[in-house]
Amino acid sequence: MNNLKASFKSWRRSVTLGGSLLTILTWVIVVIVVFPILFMVLTAFKTETDAAAFPPKIFAPVTFENFESVFDRGFAPFLINSIIASVGSTILVMALAIPAAYALTIRPILRWRDALFFLISTRFMPFAAVVIPLYLLLSTLDILDNVGVLMILYIGMNLPIAVWMMRSFLEEVPVEILEAARLDGANVRKEIIRVVMPIVAPGTAAAALIVFIFAWNEYFLAFNLTANTARTLPPFLGGFVDARGQFLATLSAAATLSITPVVIAGWLAQKRLVRGLSMGALK
Amino acid sequence: MSKVQAPDKKDAPKVEKIRYDKNGKRVRSLAVPRSLLWPALVAAIVLTQIPFLATVYFSTQRWNLLRPDDRGFAGFDNYAKVFSGSELYSSLEATFVITGTSVLLSLVFGLGLALLLNRTFFGRGVARTLLITPFLVMPAAASLAWKWNLMDANFGLFRWVMNSLGFDAIQWNTDVPIISVILVLVWQFMPFMMLILLAGLQSQDSDILEAAALDGAGKIKIFFLMTIPHLRQYIEIGVLLGTILLLATFDPIFILTGGSGGTKTLPVLLYEKAFIALEVGQAAAYGVITVILTIIFATLLLRTVFRIFSQQGVR
Repeated sequence: MNNLKASFKSWRRSVTLGGSLLTILTWVIVVIVVFPILFMVLTAFKTETDAAAFPPKIFAPVTFENFESVFDRGFAPFLINSIIASVGSTILVMALAIPAAYALTIRPILRWRDALFFLISTRFMPFAAVVIPLYLLLSTLDILDNVGVLMILYIGMNLPIAVWMMRSFLEEVPVEILEAARLDGANVRKEIIRVVMPIVAPGTAAAALIVFIFAWNEYFLAFNLTANTARTLPPFLGGFVDARGQFLATLSAAATLSITPVVIAGWLAQKRLVRGLSMGALK
Repeated sequence: MSKVQAPDKKDAPKVEKIRYDKNGKRVRSLAVPRSLLWPALVAAIVLTQIPFLATVYFSTQRWNLLRPDDRGFAGFDNYAKVFSGSELYSSLEATFVITGTSVLLSLVFGLGLALLLNRTFFGRGVARTLLITPFLVMPAAASLAWKWNLMDANFGLFRWVMNSLGFDAIQWNTDVPIISVILVLVWQFMPFMMLILLAGLQSQDSDILEAAALDGAGKIKIFFLMTIPHLRQYIEIGVLLGTILLLATFDPIFILTGGSGGTKTLPVLLYEKAFIALEVGQAAAYGVITVILTIIFATLLLRTVFRIFSQQGVR
């Protein structure tokens, strides 16, 4: 509370006419930028008639029936697939990335730079370029439309980002602490689990959240390599495209449910988001 | 690796056999870190490099899934077909226009937002949080929201705005498909640029800025002569990463326009060749071309990133 008062006071002191105008401008832009999403969330709580009304009703009587019809249209299995693919791949990615980052930072192998740049170069290949062999291979092995396969493929997509991010956090672990642990006779396992991980826990959480966001939002592979049983939320939402507006409120409800976990995750990780997006190059 | 003085031999614990090099520095085996790294390297190779090699192989094959019997080695025929046809060039143009304009506009708006957020004002944290939302929202969901809630010619909000201003309504995604796609992509990538540039602005030394102000440099002069040069490497990273991400963009374009009206970028064209026309060989050739294009930007990016790393100093 005192903090709030203090910041309010310092804000009062900094108020000038030009400054106030800039602040108002900033907030107007914020509202405009957020509006498409806000409008979608509002539409999710309208009746279908109100959602397709013209002129558009920004506020209308609130109803929850759209969320019921979302689940009537089989939302749950797609949600579960999305959770399996993104949570599963996030866990696997972090399990591979943390030891790898350790071997590239704290006890660097020879030519660690080459390994690091090889890893990131794999991320630059658009998935569109490899989807054909993947599709043919999966159909030969009869494992198209399999959520486990999707989960594995997302490892390839996210591993480089996770390694680079973890590397930038591990670099900040003080050498003295590591030396002390080694003098106490800690082996590598103990060193990673007992010494390194507690120090980089916030960074690890942020890296995991970013990896999760990318997997959750992925469309192209899910769209082309799954049909019905393994379909995740993004292509499921895309399937509403033919709705001609008749199911606009239901679509908005499904989209609202789909974006909520990731938007919250992103807000939580925002302080380290820039490090993840720049692959650890920027702090 | 470490600046801490190596302990004397006799003080060292006898847990493992410890060797020292001629400078008295402890030599640690590289076998352990290697074994920690290889699972990640193997995963990366199996999941990305091998499929790409397969793409290269398929691009030399005469292979349409509709005519599975007529399959064989085609040499560079697929590439010859791709380069002699017109689809590649119109697709390159679409990719260039959409990616280039989106990167440029999101950079300009992102810089504007970063400058606005680099001031102290009430609710700044909330404003920042809200502004990054478009980048977090599932692109498929966001594109659908734009397409139906805003751009639809019958009941979309844009129709209402345009009617109120005295214009006739248009069906945005079919009447002005390129503008519609760019609008959504800029909206989506503006926060990305903003975050990177804001990190740059906040890393600027405020003492130096104050000194410049005391010396009588005006705000505009400080901005162009000091802030922009300082931001240069941040702008480079933003542009290169934005370009790589936007080159691979598929879902917003596919959902908004389906690739019609000059929006058939390389990923959309590739999708059509592979999954509609079932032309494995040609689609693979497009895939190889797309990768080569991306590699050009990625190499530039890596150089930039590497420069930043060498400036920060690496242990």
